[in-house]
Amino acid sequence: MTRHVGKLELDPQTVKQARALARKAGRPIVTMAKKHTTVAVERATLRLAGLQGADAEGTPWVNRLLDVVRADTGLEHGVALPVWDALLRGEADDLPTLAQKASAGSVRFRLPEGKDAERARKASARQVGRGIKLIDTRRVERDRMIKRHGDAPRQPWIYLIVATGDIYEDIPQAQQAAREGADVIAVIRSTGQSLLDFVPEGATREGFAGTYATQENFRLMRAALDESSKELGRYVRLTNYASGLCMPEIAALAGMERLDMMLNDSMYGILFRDINPVRTFVDQRFSRQVHARAGIIINTGEDNYLTTADAVEAAHTVTTSQLLNEYFAKEAGLEDWQLGLGHAFEIDPNVPDSFRLELAHAMLARDLFPNAPLKWMPPTRHMTGDVFQGYLLDGFFNLVGALTGQGILLVGMMTEAVVTPWLSDRDLALQNVRYVMNAAGNLHEDFRPQPDGFIANRARQVLGESVDLMHQILDHEHGLLDAIADGTFGLMKRPADAGRGLEGVAKKSSAYYNPASEILEAQ
Amino acid sequence: MNKQASDGHIIRPYGDTTGDGMVQVSFTLPMPHSKVAEGAAAQLANKMGIDPAMVVHAKAMGPDFTFFVVYGRVNHLVDVSKVEVVERDYPLLSPKEANAAIKRALRRRLTVVGACIGTDAHTVGIDAILNIKGFAGEKGLEYYRELKVVNLGAQVSVPQLVERARAEKADAVLVSQVVTQRDAHLLNTREMSAAFRESYPADKRPLLIVGGPRFDEGAAADLGVDRVFGRGTTPGEVASYLVHQLVERKAS
Repeated sequence: MTRHVGKLELDPQTVKQARALARKAGRPIVTMAKKHTTVAVERATLRLAGLQGADAEGTPWVNRLLDVVRADTGLEHGVALPVWDALLRGEADDLPTLAQKASAGSVRFRLPEGKDAERARKASARQVGRGIKLIDTRRVERDRMIKRHGDAPRQPWIYLIVATGDIYEDIPQAQQAAREGADVIAVIRSTGQSLLDFVPEGATREGFAGTYATQENFRLMRAALDESSKELGRYVRLTNYASGLCMPEIAALAGMERLDMMLNDSMYGILFRDINPVRTFVDQRFSRQVHARAGIIINTGEDNYLTTADAVEAAHTVTTSQLLNEYFAKEAGLEDWQLGLGHAFEIDPNVPDSFRLELAHAMLARDLFPNAPLKWMPPTRHMTGDVFQGYLLDGFFNLVGALTGQGILLVGMMTEAVVTPWLSDRDLALQNVRYVMNAAGNLHEDFRPQPDGFIANRARQVLGESVDLMHQILDHEHGLLDAIADGTFGLMKRPADAGRGLEGVAKKSSAYYNPASEILEAQ
Repeated sequence: MNKQASDGHIIRPYGDTTGDGMVQVSFTLPMPHSKVAEGAAAQLANKMGIDPAMVVHAKAMGPDFTFFVVYGRVNHLVDVSKVEVVERDYPLLSPKEANAAIKRALRRRLTVVGACIGTDAHTVGIDAILNIKGFAGEKGLEYYRELKVVNLGAQVSVPQLVERARAEKADAVLVSQVVTQRDAHLLNTREMSAAFRESYPADKRPLLIVGGPRFDEGAAADLGVDRVFGRGTTPGEVASYLVHQLVERKAS
């Protein structure tokens, strides 16, 4: 990596210190994550082994099987040894049959020992290895398709959202959005899916302000966008959400169905969804290992900090979260090009110099993470229904994007907070992006902030505050976990022994074995 | 100045001259851009009462749609004296105002216990109102510093809910119901309100609020609750209602 000197000429010592502090805050979390497993990690392992489908009530077989294993042997040893031991004992010929028999109560699971354990370990590694192999194949397939059809013609990639609730409505909308210029399609999930402790099954036609993330929906949409890629002569990427209680499973499904980007933040679920911190960190690490393997680009959720707190006062929380997200991502094996670190244009337009402040913040992110494809999120908080003012605000948002070399640009809609985007809203929004990129896309070549001017000073100030916040985190007895517990991040107090999904966490026993983790750790 | 404007209650839109009646509209028609399409746009504008209508902008959006901007003079009059509006019976407060009002009146945090009762596993509604993530661009009740939110999640039984409400000394209980098979939402709500009436003296009972997409907002009395919120209710509306009922009641 060449040494990058950014436009802000940040003090390299301070940057180094900020990273060192993030590492110091993050490392105990990783140690803790390595010592625990969760129901979602174990279910993801079963999914990688090829177990799909659901019973008549819609409960996935992975949930059914894991629940029985857990009742018999506990969660702490992992699902692999008891399950493949049962298969080797001839309880069933394959996983689906075993799951059915187990939920009918006709299989007893045990924790195998000695030679039996060794055989179960080998058999599970073989079968789960096939799932990882499938992820590898999908990754090669993506590379091949990008070579064949070509990549997005420029950066930033244009990111558009569809969200009808019905996958069969989403498909034509997504294909139309791609024709209109989208490089990335994101299918928004149904409200509240993040709090479901199972992944719904099959193609779904009803959702709340979004469409359920299911394996079949992933497959259908990816196939549709493959058609679009062929039609348009450029590979159109697909995004979904690996967040909430089923993060590891969704990540595995995304890898197996060749999704290209996934929303995947290290603390979002804790702070904004009240999911247990331990559960989140364990799930997150596994899901990021899968994303690393699958060549998936993650998008982090720093924009959320700015929609709940003041975007000027809380600017340093974004930087801090980006640094933590970077540490956790790299520890899990993700590379710089996979880090779509988030930030957003959310300063009150009535604040004097708001544009210069936005530019300073965006430039700070760019200079701190020179090789990451940053994800730039449009204004939402100060979109009032005055669509004309909103259109101008989106134009300035696009201009900051052009000036700071953002990798992924979520297209802002002037009807934000009014209606779900109309056809014309999307068309006008894309026109806005095209105009700005065409008119000022290369302005960054001429633009260099005064070394001691407003922008450079503001960026230094935010970085300084971020370093202070990191010190504050480390001053807690148990570091980051305590900081999260006492509300250091915004107003939300999230203690490590509370929150959703805690009952699905277990400390690993000395006999714990997980073939997926074993393969992913080695990468 | 003409007669209408001086009367005050009969007015027409204002472009740059009193009484000119000028308006602008934009819309999309599902047809390719052509002379005919522009004519179609003008025809629609005429039917909306805009005459003459100037189609000032027409742009193809893909092969099948055209977007228009139209300016013109609208021939309708507005009689302000005949305007009827339904006023909300409580003022809408910002989170800041709600927090300040609670602090001032109660000198403690206001406790809200929320749950999905019965077999309903859809926490969408209660989470949209309670989670900090919120709904429709508004932050949920967790965001309010002066509100203590206890979200019990899904499939909570009525006795559990009552017990927890007592333990937390709840000021208000929020119940969300999405599933409506065989009127489950109505039966569950009645069971809940009856249980609270039974275990609390009338003047100590917490405020009972129920919400969901299929409820009739006028059915509060029938269901034995204090308020029913329907589809599209935002956290800010719920918070404002809580403040109005609990804080104002205390103050009076």
